[in-house]
Amino acid sequence: MNDLDAENRLRFEQLVLPHVDAAFNLARWLLRSREDAEDVAQEALLRACRFFRGFHGGDARAWLLQIVRNTCYSWLEKNRPRDLMVEFDEELHPQPVATPESIAIADEGRERLNRALETVPPRFREVLILRELEGCSYKEIAEITSIPIGTVMSSLSRARRQLHSALANSSHKEATREV
Amino acid sequence: MRCDFADSHLHGYFDGELSDPSAAEFERHLQHCVHCAVELVDLDLLSGQLQTARLYEAAPASFRKKIRTNLRPVVPTPAHAPSLLLSWRWQAAAALFLAALIVWRVIPAFHGAEDYQAQFAAGIVDAHLRSLLPGQITNVNSNDPKTLRAWFDGKIKFTFPIRDFRDQGFSLQGGRVDVVQGRTVAALVYANRKHLVNVFAWPTPEPDVSPRAGSRQGYQWIDWRKDKMEFCAVSDAPTSDLEQLQDLLTE
Repeated sequence: MNDLDAENRLRFEQLVLPHVDAAFNLARWLLRSREDAEDVAQEALLRACRFFRGFHGGDARAWLLQIVRNTCYSWLEKNRPRDLMVEFDEELHPQPVATPESIAIADEGRERLNRALETVPPRFREVLILRELEGCSYKEIAEITSIPIGTVMSSLSRARRQLHSALANSSHKEATREV
Repeated sequence: MRCDFADSHLHGYFDGELSDPSAAEFERHLQHCVHCAVELVDLDLLSGQLQTARLYEAAPASFRKKIRTNLRPVVPTPAHAPSLLLSWRWQAAAALFLAALIVWRVIPAFHGAEDYQAQFAAGIVDAHLRSLLPGQITNVNSNDPKTLRAWFDGKIKFTFPIRDFRDQGFSLQGGRVDVVQGRTVAALVYANRKHLVNVFAWPTPEPDVSPRAGSRQGYQWIDWRKDKMEFCAVSDAPTSDLEQLQDLLTE
């Protein structure tokens, strides 16, 4: 039997399923879309379940997020390869997305941050999400993203600078609009 | 102009990831580098913005439901095709039996536990967030276990160990009495580099259990029971740091 027996199944539910929120959150921020995140995170969880036998203890969250991340990237390659090619341009203006959903979000600041975050390229956005929203340590980030631990800090540093300048950019835009 | 330290130390320092000697070295540098001092404040502002904007997106209920329905058929898959001819009836029967057993016994038990755990985590993280509001973190500020014990004596009906672990990196800041999910709990507050850790303690009739860890909205928690007391440490610090504190507390 290649699939999980009852005991492994229970282990999977106890170790991996508590991290469903983390999986969804990472997919949502990598794909910039809730609908796509649902599909891709689900695919990642099924994959995790299929390969659970290969997981021998350790940090279940890091293991799952690694699978989520890889699944997201292969999905992006297939469906939105341009996303992966975009390099951050300091002059790039965050595109205001006027969906009914974004209009419904009352909190202007949140929406501004949201748009600014989405202009940060995925490779940098992910370290920011893992650190700031998921609370991962540098070691965990290195494990999840397969980048050397020594470069986690420089990636974070670049990511924060990019977010900072995207935010400055958008507040500048708003100020000019008000005038 | 950016200074060299900004690239090599600043973010690691801000994230509490530098070794003690490097952190000390950077602190000396901070005393005379305005650039780094300002950038540190900027980092803190940015991080604060990200935290308060509630950007964390938990999985929607519809998604959880989908996961459950999709994972269910994975379990009772019978063996591979070659042996199919001889025994497929028997295998199908066994698979059906297993599926029924799991649907009736294992899954409800687990979902009950999962719901409880989710609720528990929500309560603990909420209490932690509440405590971070200005002026809420401690009712009594002291790093002296004796003072704290005397203060708690008048407020709660149970006792629990109070110790300072300054030398191991967790310095005791004080304590308070809190209510988590309708239960009165004692809270000890420790500072670990830039992170504040709440350790909640309350009496329980349940037997001892080894630590269970989880995370929610970017906060990590570890829960364990020992000698009829339940403890839960929660913080934005990495789980490994909480495990270290848990080790110290159960020593």
